[in-house]
Amino acid sequence: MTLEALNYLTAWPEIFLLTMACIVLVVDVFISDDKRDFSYYLSQLALLGTFAMVMMVQVDGREVAFNNMFVQDALSVVLKSFILALSFAAFVYSRDYLKDRNIFKGEYYVLGLFAVLGMMLMVSANNLLMIYLGLELLSLCLYAMVAFNRDNGNASEAAMKYFVLGAIASGMLLYGMSILYGLSGSLFLSDITVAISQADDSRIGMVFALVFILVALAFKLGAVPFHMWVPDVYQGSPTAVTVFIGTAPKLAGFAMIMRLLVEAMGDLQADWQQMLIILSVLSMATGNIIAIAQTNIKRMLAYSTISHVGFILLGILAGSNEAYAAAMFYTISYAVMSLGAFGIIMLLARKGFEAEEIDDFKGLNQRSPWFAFLMLVLMLSMAGVPPTVGFWAKLAVLKMVVQMDMVWLALVAVFFSIIGVFYYLRIIKVMYFDEIADNQPLSCGRDMQITLSSNALLVLALGLYPAGLMSLCLSVFA
Amino acid sequence: MESLYLAIPLASLMGAIIAGFFGGYIGRKGAHTATILGVGTSFVLALLALNHHVFNGAEAYNATVYTWMISEGMRFEVGFLIDNLTVMMMAVVTGVSLAVHVYTIGYMADDEHNWPNDSLAGTNSYQRFFSYISLFTFSMLMLVMSNNFLQLFFGWEAVGLVSYLLIGFWSVRPTAVYANMKAFLVNRVGDFGFILGIAAIVMYTGSLDYYEVFGKAGGLSSQTMSIFSGVEWNVISVICILLFIGAMGKSAQVPLHVWLPDSMEGPTPISALIHAATMVTAGIFMVSRMSPMFEYSDAALSFVMVTGAITAFTMGLIGVVQNDIKRVVAYSTLSQLGYMTVALGASAYSVAIFHLMTHAFFKALLFLAAGSVIIAMHHEQDMRKMGGLKKYLPITYWTSLVGSLALIGFPGTSGFFSKDSIIEVVHHSSLYGHELAYYAVLGGVFITAFYSFRMFFMVFHGQERMDQHTKEHLHETPWVVTGPLIALAIPSVIIGAMTVKTMVFGSYFGNSIFISESHNALAEFSHGFHGVWGFVEHGFKGPALYLAALGVISAWWMYIKQPGSADFFAKKFSWLHKLLENKYYIDDFNAWAFGGGSRGLGDRLWKVGDIAVIDGFFVNGSARVVGWFAGVARKVQTGLLYHYAFAMIIGVLALLTMFVIL
Amino acid sequence: MLSVSLSSYLTLAAILFAISIAGIFLNRKNVIVLLMCVELMLLAANINFIAFSHYLNDSAGQVFVFFILTVAAAEAAIGLAILVVLFRNRRSINVDQLNEMKG
Repeated sequence: MTLEALNYLTAWPEIFLLTMACIVLVVDVFISDDKRDFSYYLSQLALLGTFAMVMMVQVDGREVAFNNMFVQDALSVVLKSFILALSFAAFVYSRDYLKDRNIFKGEYYVLGLFAVLGMMLMVSANNLLMIYLGLELLSLCLYAMVAFNRDNGNASEAAMKYFVLGAIASGMLLYGMSILYGLSGSLFLSDITVAISQADDSRIGMVFALVFILVALAFKLGAVPFHMWVPDVYQGSPTAVTVFIGTAPKLAGFAMIMRLLVEAMGDLQADWQQMLIILSVLSMATGNIIAIAQTNIKRMLAYSTISHVGFILLGILAGSNEAYAAAMFYTISYAVMSLGAFGIIMLLARKGFEAEEIDDFKGLNQRSPWFAFLMLVLMLSMAGVPPTVGFWAKLAVLKMVVQMDMVWLALVAVFFSIIGVFYYLRIIKVMYFDEIADNQPLSCGRDMQITLSSNALLVLALGLYPAGLMSLCLSVFA
Repeated sequence: MESLYLAIPLASLMGAIIAGFFGGYIGRKGAHTATILGVGTSFVLALLALNHHVFNGAEAYNATVYTWMISEGMRFEVGFLIDNLTVMMMAVVTGVSLAVHVYTIGYMADDEHNWPNDSLAGTNSYQRFFSYISLFTFSMLMLVMSNNFLQLFFGWEAVGLVSYLLIGFWSVRPTAVYANMKAFLVNRVGDFGFILGIAAIVMYTGSLDYYEVFGKAGGLSSQTMSIFSGVEWNVISVICILLFIGAMGKSAQVPLHVWLPDSMEGPTPISALIHAATMVTAGIFMVSRMSPMFEYSDAALSFVMVTGAITAFTMGLIGVVQNDIKRVVAYSTLSQLGYMTVALGASAYSVAIFHLMTHAFFKALLFLAAGSVIIAMHHEQDMRKMGGLKKYLPITYWTSLVGSLALIGFPGTSGFFSKDSIIEVVHHSSLYGHELAYYAVLGGVFITAFYSFRMFFMVFHGQERMDQHTKEHLHETPWVVTGPLIALAIPSVIIGAMTVKTMVFGSYFGNSIFISESHNALAEFSHGFHGVWGFVEHGFKGPALYLAALGVISAWWMYIKQPGSADFFAKKFSWLHKLLENKYYIDDFNAWAFGGGSRGLGDRLWKVGDIAVIDGFFVNGSARVVGWFAGVARKVQTGLLYHYAFAMIIGVLALLTMFVIL
Repeated sequence: MLSVSLSSYLTLAAILFAISIAGIFLNRKNVIVLLMCVELMLLAANINFIAFSHYLNDSAGQVFVFFILTVAAAEAAIGLAILVVLFRNRRSINVDQLNEMKG
């Protein structure tokens, strides 16, 4: 077999990222603490370079590499570019935060880059083994990142919980995969599709495998009742890690669902649709209701994530190409909003102070009207108020649900999102109407100001002109 | 040309943005430089466009600049329709606006005196003011340049918004806040009609584009709709009347005129720009632009004409008893708007626009002159405390005289041509209500002359009634104030004679205005037109000129010759005086019926509906339930790892049971 | 020679899986036991893969197992590292006391 037969050029961005991650790992060992910025810039360079390469990939339909293990298609290109962009912004936001806490270390970036690599592999996987390896590469890096602040008890508790539950989830995934492998006789997604379409007597076994695989997917996204790790991890991790966990991996999780449920097990749609309805309703209910009782904003955003996951699942379960596009639109816009929200939390945090409580946002408008306005935009978007992108995301998903004659489900979704509006508005109320509690001036670098502002304004811009992103999502599933 | 057209509104917008958002950094000088540059650019470009269309005879330009969205076949766009009608409006708007910008430098120079010390709203108020007037120019340009109803509505609401902001500019004065609220609410009534009209257009034609809608207007005239069962309405009449209700709000026609006099609470440059020269003419412009629709409905035209006639006559009468210099001018504006509306009703759109243009110049002049007097008098507006200012303010005096003569229609001035045309056109009209309109506009001529010169004599002649302190400081206002006065005085005299031939009788408006065969008042009037001199000569034969002269003489007699006689007549006809002083009790009626009624209704709804049912039961009740539930539900999240794992396993088992075993 | 059928392997794997799950939520004391249970779960999947691989005459399943074992080693390393950090901060690896964050 020759190298050309592997068609490895298709995976050029991944190869570059891997090389760069290794370089950062080695270089970081040899530089002193006061030159640590070098690792940061090198990592950002790696992300930018990979992004440029992903952009250069010309995909006409599908291209496979490494003996059909790896696939590059429209879905993977779009998701990868967003994953890279989100991670880039997360790194920008994190720098000052990490420096203030004396954890500005190369490990953060090395782990982060490997996690990004894991996500990219998941997105491009065409084989159960690839999915598993990508997922584990991502998860292992995230476990370590959560425990990254070694002197923080909550962080290590969160890491322990995340690790154990994550291991259970991947155990279940493997168990499901092993049964799927046994019934279909292959690890390739395309073979599995064929096997399922021909399966009659072994169909029940397939559904058995489906349940276990679905559990792992639900765990990765954080759907109820597999969501228990989400609040603890979001709260316990350093915010620099939360912003990373809360954004790009959602896109990877979405891709995993697309590959496993839609591509490989599309013929079992009738079954997984029902399962997703249950998970989705439970997620929207639990997320929105428990979020109301929170006083810690990171924890509140964690529950908000859970409720948003319910919405993403709504789009997926509606089960048409247009609906997948709507779900993808929702996932991307959610990741952008959540990136901005955690960015603002980090902006408020400073040396020796975390800004994790909702009360820390009191009177933000007087301290910085601009950032209060950005947070206002982000919160309105999460609540789904026009003219922000959150509104269009919800609208698109609901439209799909109504189109498949499940009006009751749409009504349930609307009902819970109305409840959800309450806690987003509370943040706005606290920022604009409460007496100022913390008089320290806000300070952050110009790079963060620009990134954060454009991040939040993007939410507004996409809300005013959603057609661009929407047509991009539609083109992926065309 | 497209980029040039696009640059016209955007130049003003840029000025507004720079002065508005960066006013604190660039300071006063930066703010007025930026905005004047912006509006100046708009003005020059508008003149280029005018040249392109009027003198080079370019075709009308109609194109979409930006498509916002397409929904179910409906296109929502930003687009421009530029023809002779539009370019004229653009030139007037930007020209007057430029003059006002320059004038404002002088008027607002000591604006900090209008604010309490260290009031937050007072910081950078100067820059904010410039930002607002530039923003207004942008909005007005968007309104007139539009080629579709959506953008028209945008401009319509945007000028309303800026006018709200400017009337209440001195937000620390309760009267200003009251006035801007009133303007906002009254305009809302008109806008309600307007948006209903647009909705009806969309419903019956499925389009927002002017040309598409106009193309279907003929078809609509034969359709009927039934709003209440049993009564059939002609669709085009309903649409036109609804649109005109919008125009009544913006152009201050009875009974939606009540906001305009109060709007004089705003700074004077605004009164000149918005409430005299441009914004209030939006309604007139809109009806002219929609002439292909109004022409199909005699009912709507009659409605327009009668409304205008009532406004022209009754509002002029109120002007007679006002003592505040700006209010006199304000009521005069109302009355002149009535004239324009009458012309619209008589299907003489070109005459209405012609009067709009001449009026823009001399009314802006009168307002700025009034402002000049106010500056000189240290912000005193009561005419009873003025008098004999002629020798202190010579430039203001002469320019005011020019403005007043133009307003009353002195032969040869621009007002003469436009006003006489209106009277003649109404005379030739055959629509229902034209007799009433004719006598109203004729009567209006006398009244106009009377109150104009009453004001003129009270301010500039007679005894000096101001106090000693003011008197010592009286002197002519600075050049930034007098410059615009002179600049406006010249066109006030000559623009009418220069343009009457092409605008009223010629083919200036070409295809932009459509007049149906059956409404031929203008055509009949045109037969008698034999050049400008012939027109002046003809003026001496009609009654209007003599009525005007009578008005001036009466004013002279009552306020100069026999200063006590005014009071005598006021006592003699005290019922009329009282009626006029209370503005026909319309404000009181509104306050009692609408204000009181809605407050009472609101109060009841608030107490019963809001506090008891909604707040008590739905909002607080459900919030309590949800809050309690959230408190309970969060207990499920125990924090213990094995419970978390347990939840996952229960989930797996439940799914397995449901989908595999069952 | 005693032949073992596929279903016996699958049953064994299912039993191992069930034991590991039971272990996870019955154990309330030591975090290390949790890590062991997780390993057991992976082993259950491994047995499935190997059994199927043999039965299907397809080597892919066995390759998968190699990867799982490698990943499991990495996972154990990270798990133990987290455990050390946790012990340093909390002076305890008791599962019952691992509930600072809740609600």
